[in-house]
Amino acid sequence: MLAWTIYLSFAGALLEAMLPALLPKGRNAAARWLALAVAVAGLAVAVVGFIAGMGPNQVGPVVIVDVPWVPSMGIHYLLAADGISRVLVLLTGLAAVAGVLFSWNIELRTNEFFAFFLALIGGVYGVFLSFDLFLLFVFYEIAIVPKYFLIAIWGSTRREYAAMKLALYSFAGSAMVLIGLLAAYATAGSHSTGLVALGHANLPVSFQMWAFPLVFVGFAILAGMWPFHTWAPTGHVAAPTAASMLLAGVVMKLGAYGCLRVAIALFPRGLDPWGVSFIGIGSWRDVFAILAIVGIVYGALVALVQTDFKFVIGYSSVSHMGFVLLGLMTLNQIGVTGAVLQMFSHGILAGLLFAIVGRIVYERTHTRQLAELETMHLSKRMPFAAGAFVIAGMASMGLPGFSGFVAELQVLVGAWTVNHWWVAAAGVGIVVGVAYTWRAMQKAFFSDALPAAHVLEKEHSHPFAAITWPEVTGVVLLVGVSLFVGLYPKILLDQIEPAVKALLAGGVQ
Amino acid sequence: MNGSPMTSGFPILTLLTVLPLVGAAIALWSGKHARGVALITTIASLALALAVWIHLSPSGTMSMVEQHPWAPSLGIEYHLGVDGLSALMLVLSAIVTLMSVDAANRVHHQPGLYFALVLVLEAGLFGSFTALNFFHWFLFWELSLIPAFFLIKLWGGARRGPAATQFFVYTMAGSVALLLAFLALFVATKTADTPGSMDFARLSFLASTGVLEKMVTAHLGPVMLWLAIGVLAGFAVKVPMIPFHTWLPAAYAEAPSPVTMLLTGAMSKMGVYGLLRIAIPIFGPQIAQIRTPLLILAVATVVMGAWAAAAQKDLKRVFAYSSVNHLGYCLLGIFALAVPAVGSAAQASQAAALNGVILQMFNHGVTAAALFWFVAMLQQRTGGHRGIDQFGGLRKPAPVLAGLMGIVLFSSLGLPGLNGFVGEFLIFRGVFSLAWVAATVSVLGLLVTAAVILTVIQKVFSGPVPEHCVNFPDLYHGERLAMAPVIGLMLLIGILPQLIVQSVNPTVVNLLAHWRFF
Repeated sequence: MLAWTIYLSFAGALLEAMLPALLPKGRNAAARWLALAVAVAGLAVAVVGFIAGMGPNQVGPVVIVDVPWVPSMGIHYLLAADGISRVLVLLTGLAAVAGVLFSWNIELRTNEFFAFFLALIGGVYGVFLSFDLFLLFVFYEIAIVPKYFLIAIWGSTRREYAAMKLALYSFAGSAMVLIGLLAAYATAGSHSTGLVALGHANLPVSFQMWAFPLVFVGFAILAGMWPFHTWAPTGHVAAPTAASMLLAGVVMKLGAYGCLRVAIALFPRGLDPWGVSFIGIGSWRDVFAILAIVGIVYGALVALVQTDFKFVIGYSSVSHMGFVLLGLMTLNQIGVTGAVLQMFSHGILAGLLFAIVGRIVYERTHTRQLAELETMHLSKRMPFAAGAFVIAGMASMGLPGFSGFVAELQVLVGAWTVNHWWVAAAGVGIVVGVAYTWRAMQKAFFSDALPAAHVLEKEHSHPFAAITWPEVTGVVLLVGVSLFVGLYPKILLDQIEPAVKALLAGGVQ
Repeated sequence: MNGSPMTSGFPILTLLTVLPLVGAAIALWSGKHARGVALITTIASLALALAVWIHLSPSGTMSMVEQHPWAPSLGIEYHLGVDGLSALMLVLSAIVTLMSVDAANRVHHQPGLYFALVLVLEAGLFGSFTALNFFHWFLFWELSLIPAFFLIKLWGGARRGPAATQFFVYTMAGSVALLLAFLALFVATKTADTPGSMDFARLSFLASTGVLEKMVTAHLGPVMLWLAIGVLAGFAVKVPMIPFHTWLPAAYAEAPSPVTMLLTGAMSKMGVYGLLRIAIPIFGPQIAQIRTPLLILAVATVVMGAWAAAAQKDLKRVFAYSSVNHLGYCLLGIFALAVPAVGSAAQASQAAALNGVILQMFNHGVTAAALFWFVAMLQQRTGGHRGIDQFGGLRKPAPVLAGLMGIVLFSSLGLPGLNGFVGEFLIFRGVFSLAWVAATVSVLGLLVTAAVILTVIQKVFSGPVPEHCVNFPDLYHGERLAMAPVIGLMLLIGILPQLIVQSVNPTVVNLLAHWRFF
């Protein structure tokens, strides 16, 4: 069932690419509606799959399809899903629909844009559903290409630099992953590339000790782990709105997912203490937890001083993804569950924030400089955007009632049982998070600053274009989901918890 | 050829080799219709090659064997046969030659001679991929060299003269080394009642029992290692392996693009094939002895090939060095086999590496030929420009060309879902457990290649459109039709590598079972 998310997306991408041959006229409108139809269909499949997964018995991964692919090499086309996969597939479906809605105004080579967009979505679905390492790697790599083109062709600020940087960081990360995975085969002497089979291979601890950091960092590059995060802000800012939404919303989750599903599940003993400790750091777990906390605080502090509205959101993603990585490093039920929930929550909220900043505001003001936005009195002239940003900002700060609160709280509770200092340091990040969100909100929407007279004349002479239905629909969808999950997190937690439990029991004690 | 060789009554392999020669004779006299003759001949050859591929023995041993005495007193036999490796190379040669003829639509100067030479070259490829006796093989190896030389010399670019000469001298020097080594083996294997042998199966049987080295030492002194080095050098020039590669950039750049397609797509595989069919079976222990320097050279070929590609400004030279890089993976996979390893896991790794090498040979052939085909199109449309910086924004005037060339570039980059990925993945999967340092360092090659390809995509397809590209025509219908099956093949292999692996794997298992390194 869930496999159809992948096939639908790739079929949609193919159709979009061939659209000029099929349809000489009215191509752009057709491309939009086709993309929306495909995205909605994918979401529908994801929802049905999610509902089917509800129930007490669904603990381990449920195989969806398993056929030999290259039998002599032990490679299978093996798709399966557990609660973690189902939640992230659902997130991908939501991000896809929202992304199409906020790309409704793309006029430049519309069909190509949606072709790359849907191909990226297809690759992301594929990663979340692959239970064969070869297959997972294939989808992971496939996802790199469309995001390169989305930025290089439809991007803005230094798009070619940003696209190349993103692609090279991604390739470097996957090269590290590749080395680690090949080493795992070699060491296990396994004749299968299945995740479960390799997970049972009892790899020697000394091997796991070096394979774990290699694979973890390889994936964490894409999750925006400090200090390998620098692709993220430049990439997010350069990307067109829908691509920023996908980058922050789901692509960064690919990295975090890989950290959990591959690095932690295959090499759990790599997190064991080294036996020696240096200024309180005694294992890879400490190292990565500290990097995650540095990311939380550093991302937040840098977001605090940005002059470009989109960079604020870009750096906030680094900070929020730090919570995911910190949650993973707690290695306990509640912390890891929180990390997965945070992936979902941040996916929704980052999408929403980028949509407001990049699409709703920028397309009307044609500037993202906070200093210029300050003079435009947007709360009065664009009340919908202001209202949406207030809600999104509050959710992003982690106010109770929104999805971010439950997620970050769980991460912090999980971290508390491991090391009090982690929580204290991450808490600083939360406080700064409130500050930068508040600052951006204040400057962009609620400032009383008066513009220079001639600017006033020019800027206020024409009203902004009205908010369009796709924008309203997209905002309502994302806000609604965040609110719903904030008020009733159980619906996701019921799926995540047993899956996390099974995954942690696989190796980590 | 252990056990009884499967003989087929119908000499299909001979027919396959003779067909292009007949075509060449007709083409020579048909003037401006020569391309049509060449097209028909190459299509027929492809059909025959596919027939060979389909009727391959599933056991992975030699099939369709033809064996007749030729010059018995010299140990020379007419001995042909195919297994999965050679049959795949036949199909590849047929595909690449067809692509090359297809791409050569602007030969105004002596078309008859041009296409006749291309067809002779094809016959040389077929002959050398089916021969099982050194003399016979060497005949065709040389036969392919001569037309290649004249194709560069007569139809090449501005500096074709030195390029052709350099190509010829290097390959000839390699050939001489090969010839001397095999003459030495012939002399050494002579006994009181039998003449010496040049038969690959006979020699590799003697080598696998250790008798060959004793015979050589008895007749000629301790020179076996030097013979191995001579043979390796002969093949290393052809592949090429750093530091024997210096002829390549000039030859690839100066040859007309359709000829470059043949050079890189098919002829470079003769070198890799020679390593697998000739060097390893006969000189296994010697190769194992010097495996560390060989692995270092293979890694250097991978990494420095990619690095050199990054430094080029001429598209043809970019792809030329990138070919060096891609064939470096083959060398890596081959030499890693000589690393001592025991146990079933090691066997699986060796099988993975060798499967990967053979897949990579095929995939690189198709992809590199397609890349140079696109370069030919770019040159035709802009009056001969081929500098990276001379193009820009082509996505706008020529979206279909940009899209299809993009797919081919990504295949070259090794993107999953396209053909290039599978071979490289299997090579790395195998080499990693055999020689992990070499594999790890070679990953650098993957990364640099990715950067090179993305740079090409960025510079050629995006940015402002230069003046001479404003009226750049998109792909014509004929070109789309010609390119569609090539792209289709890339996708097909990318998604279903099993199509090739299932026929290659039995051969791989068979080869590995007969090779002896220690």
